[in-house]
Amino acid sequence: MNALAARRRHPAAILLLLLLGLVATGGLYSLLAPKPAQAATATADDVNAGKMLFLANCATCHGLHAEGSKDAPSLAGVGAAAVDFQVGTGRMPLAGPGVQAAASKKIMFTDAQIASLAAYVASLSPGPAIPDDQYTKGDGNIAHGNELFKVNCAMCHNFAGSGGALTRGKYAPSLRNVTGTHIYEAMVSGPQSMPVFNDANLSPTDKNDIISYLHELDKNKNPGGMNLGNLGPVSEGMFIWVFGLGLMIGAAVWLGAKAA
Amino acid sequence: MSNAATPKGAAGLRAKDAKPSSAKGSGLAGWVDDRTGAAKPVSYLLKKVFPDHWSFMLGEIAMFSLIILLLTGTFLTFWFVPSAGQVIYNGSYVPLKGIAMSEAFKSTVDISFEVRGGLIIRQIHHWAALMFTVSITVHMFRVFFTGAFRKPREINWVIGTVLSLLAINEGFTGYSLPDDLLSGTGLRAAEGFMQSVPVVGSYLAYFVFGGAFPGEAIIPRLYTTHVLLLPALIVGLFTAHIVLVAVHKHTQYPGPGKTNDNVVGYPMMPVYMAKAGGFFFIVFGITTLMAALVTINPIWLYGPYNPSAVTAGAQPDWYMGFADGALRLFPGFFEFHVFGFTLSLNVFIPSLVVMPLLYGIAGAYPFIESWVTGDKREHHLLDRPRNAPARTGLGVMAISFYLILFFAAGNDLMAIKLGLSINDITRAFQILLIVVPPLAYWVTKRFCMSLQRHDRDLVLHGRETGRIVRTAEGAFFEVHQPLPEHQRWALVQHQSEKPLELTATVDANGVRRPGAFKERLRGKVSSFYFADSVDPVTPAELAAAHHDGSAHEAIEAPQEDAGQGWVGQLHGGAEERPETDAYAPHEHQHDHDHEVDPDSTTAR
Amino acid sequence: MEPTGAEGGHPGTALGLDQGHTEGEGGMPERFANPGLPPHVSRSADLGEHAARRAERQVAALFGISMVATVIFLVAYFAIDQNTYRFVPGIGQANLSNIVLGVTLGLSLLCIGLGAVHWAKTLMPDTEVTEARHPQRSSDDARAEAVETIMAGGDATQLARRPLIRYMLGGALGLFALPLGLQVAGSLGPLPHAELSTTFWRKGMRLVRDPELSPIKASDVTIGSVFNVMPEGIDKSHDVLEEKGKAAVLLMRLNPDDIKIAKERDWGHDGIVAYSKICTHVGCPVGLYEQQTHHLLCPCHQSTFDVTEDCKVIFGPAHRPLPQLKITVDAEGYLVADSAFREAVGPSFWERG
Repeated sequence: MNALAARRRHPAAILLLLLLGLVATGGLYSLLAPKPAQAATATADDVNAGKMLFLANCATCHGLHAEGSKDAPSLAGVGAAAVDFQVGTGRMPLAGPGVQAAASKKIMFTDAQIASLAAYVASLSPGPAIPDDQYTKGDGNIAHGNELFKVNCAMCHNFAGSGGALTRGKYAPSLRNVTGTHIYEAMVSGPQSMPVFNDANLSPTDKNDIISYLHELDKNKNPGGMNLGNLGPVSEGMFIWVFGLGLMIGAAVWLGAKAA
Repeated sequence: MSNAATPKGAAGLRAKDAKPSSAKGSGLAGWVDDRTGAAKPVSYLLKKVFPDHWSFMLGEIAMFSLIILLLTGTFLTFWFVPSAGQVIYNGSYVPLKGIAMSEAFKSTVDISFEVRGGLIIRQIHHWAALMFTVSITVHMFRVFFTGAFRKPREINWVIGTVLSLLAINEGFTGYSLPDDLLSGTGLRAAEGFMQSVPVVGSYLAYFVFGGAFPGEAIIPRLYTTHVLLLPALIVGLFTAHIVLVAVHKHTQYPGPGKTNDNVVGYPMMPVYMAKAGGFFFIVFGITTLMAALVTINPIWLYGPYNPSAVTAGAQPDWYMGFADGALRLFPGFFEFHVFGFTLSLNVFIPSLVVMPLLYGIAGAYPFIESWVTGDKREHHLLDRPRNAPARTGLGVMAISFYLILFFAAGNDLMAIKLGLSINDITRAFQILLIVVPPLAYWVTKRFCMSLQRHDRDLVLHGRETGRIVRTAEGAFFEVHQPLPEHQRWALVQHQSEKPLELTATVDANGVRRPGAFKERLRGKVSSFYFADSVDPVTPAELAAAHHDGSAHEAIEAPQEDAGQGWVGQLHGGAEERPETDAYAPHEHQHDHDHEVDPDSTTAR
Repeated sequence: MEPTGAEGGHPGTALGLDQGHTEGEGGMPERFANPGLPPHVSRSADLGEHAARRAERQVAALFGISMVATVIFLVAYFAIDQNTYRFVPGIGQANLSNIVLGVTLGLSLLCIGLGAVHWAKTLMPDTEVTEARHPQRSSDDARAEAVETIMAGGDATQLARRPLIRYMLGGALGLFALPLGLQVAGSLGPLPHAELSTTFWRKGMRLVRDPELSPIKASDVTIGSVFNVMPEGIDKSHDVLEEKGKAAVLLMRLNPDDIKIAKERDWGHDGIVAYSKICTHVGCPVGLYEQQTHHLLCPCHQSTFDVTEDCKVIFGPAHRPLPQLKITVDAEGYLVADSAFREAVGPSFWERG
């Protein structure tokens, strides 16, 4: 109790209070407003349905009890967030062997099936849940999100979320047009090479701010014109050599050629 | 603009007690000439002849880009604040609202979003900077591969090399000014380069940055360097460059009527005035259209510099790419720790040695080549690159070395775009850097020589017309169209070089001659250059080619009108027909038949 | 010395490439002769007034387009709000002001250029003109005169006769630039002293999040997490950015069994380890942590550090491992530095040791 009292003036205490408040508000909101699949509302039926799906589709690699194998990690403690992210973005089931699972347009399961799977995995051992809508809507502070993004994310995902290279063929994927929920889930679950950014590191509000910044980028506002993939000076250099110099030399050839 | 007063009239105007104006050159032009005597030089300049070729425009692209840069750069100084002082942004770009940043960064964002038309000027400036460096580079390639650097233009080549080096440093100081995340990372790396200098590195870094990195001094210092020091040097050297071009008169490609003693082209007034003046507007127009449609350096996305942040894909502008690539490829084991000191050659060599070394070799090349060839003549006719296989090979070798460093700077983007491992790419580049340049030399030289042989073939046997003709005897042959004289000249005009002969290393008394080693080396290098040179076709060879297949017949050639007449028109069996044949070559009707000793036809 | 210049007189004499050849055997020249300028080919505009008229109209039209574009620019400058965004194919949401101003300015310039060049090509005389060249070198007389002038001037100064003046002048000229050089070089910046070897970190300082600057509990750092960390109170320091540039730290938690080096485990806390984020190559922030392989990658030059092996370099151009910050927890469970960095962070320098 003493320790708690000593810490009540600490900045983190405010954060914690804020967090509790937000969670309470969120919980209240979810009670009052009918919403699609939420881990909190998972029923025993969902868990059973999820188990069936798991055994049929995932158990080959992850083991009958999701304990993992030499080909695939244990799913203990990954939580519903990880399942929703990996399956919901088409990364799982793995399309084929490779250095890392790639996002795919082909989602193998329906939203309901993904929810059941998530409920089943979450029931194995506690882990991060699928986030509440309120933190994934992207209605937060864009500038603060930008600041956080530059310190925590840009080193791998590039300044505009265009993605970047990691070691030995692994890569940080592009973050353009990814749903707020999936961005949030990636941060809490740390898929593949990505480290975990838990709520103690980046609070749910911080995460929402980051999502807000990314959604601002998704508006594809390009004040300067074509963005050349937002890859920095390399694409600019390619452009000037190919198009800039090409046009100039074209003009010079026309200038030097004799008229008809 | 002055009128076209004749030199004589101008001289009259300059006479001591001349009346204010004579019959010619009255009005404003006369007024100016009364005070400056400009009529003569102006009329000389207006009559100056410029040869026409697209590749001569590459240097002009650079010149016009420089003018665009000076113009738009002046505009930018009106709004840019060269200060590292921290302020809070509160402008119209939402994702930066409330973020602390330097005044330099804030003013650059303001130029982009608050100053009306500011973004277009900023983007013109940056695209023009890239165009400037690109055009300088390809202009250098043109000058190198055509041998335009030879006497009397060696000084201008050196000036050009220095200009190129200044231009890329001007670019670096320019893109570092906005103090954004990307350029700040570049400056941070530059600080690391300075620290790596043996013995005095940390002092050097502290002097340049005015203390610890980043400090408040570097932005104003870069600004002065960027808007005053380097532009003054560039404009000064550029003026010398262009004056020397005027003094030397422009080089020209070999062709009919073009000799080493003339320059064939169009006069400044009016043709080149319109063409070059128009080309300025074309260059400006294209640059502006690029700036209107394509983003460059979106500093608002990079965000302000923060020493603890970085972005994936951190690259410099393209012209610094080779140095960045060298840093990526140079292995770490070149850092040594001896006697309590650190010698960081893994940074020092690629960052601070490679660039001056490459430019130093480039600047020295004309002198190396003239030493090797012993050629002290003036050259105003350009070489076709194939006619100098060794030089062309060396040039391609240097370019391949540069390009590998350049592409290595993009190894991370290659990794994601091609789905490869960045480690494999880096290893591959390390190997390619050693293997490719010599290979490129060899392949290029061989390629040049086969092009030369192809030229010979074309001159000797003419163009295949694809027309098959059946002779009266039933033989078939394809009609070969001989090259018209004016086309042929370009293929046969060059002189082939021969290796220097080794002189005796000892004198008549058996004493080693001083400098014998140098002479031997020179002979070796000379034969490296010219040992397997391909000679141009001689008139005798052409005459012989025309008659091959008819051994019994004397080789014919006219005595008087050299360069005319003994042109083989047909080939491939044509000679086996009687001379009365309709397809018989017309030169058979020449009055003077002449015997040539077969040996002499193959002498050259 | 057989080839090239040798056959054409002494070196230094300009000699035409087409000069100096000798007649070959049998009356056939050794080389082809320059056939002279090819016959002039007339352009369509030279031959018919109709074509010339058309060219004239084209040139005039280009100049006309330029004027129209200029007028649109002038109107658009005032008419279009700076923050208007419109969808443009290929660009996305484009800034209307930038596009319209840029395109009109570009067309205005481009069309002047195209018009002028087209005019020069189609209507101005296209007969090639020949101008003679002369050797670059001055005549021998002019050279001799120049040398004489210089020598006479030199004699007039009596420098050769009065060595005292010569040496003193040499000394004065040799030295006068020193004060100027010393002033600029000496005043550019302070001496580094030990600044490059020290950071803001001191024993007992809390590790705080960057950029929030809130402290971190050991329990906050779950396995696989990465925190970007600054020392507590860095925002109060005199030179915030300069200190941040050296003090940036990356905090990671590994399974203690994965850590292969005892020192690394000892300097950490329960698998939580803190390493300098400043690359030992040229100083970029090394932030790319792969939580599965425990590799740290620098985005600038791809130096790769293995966190399980005390951040030793396993790939790339860096040579030294990232320095580790020794950490522990304070009474309240917050992570604190147990000592300052024991070695200089960042790029190598000579006296670093």
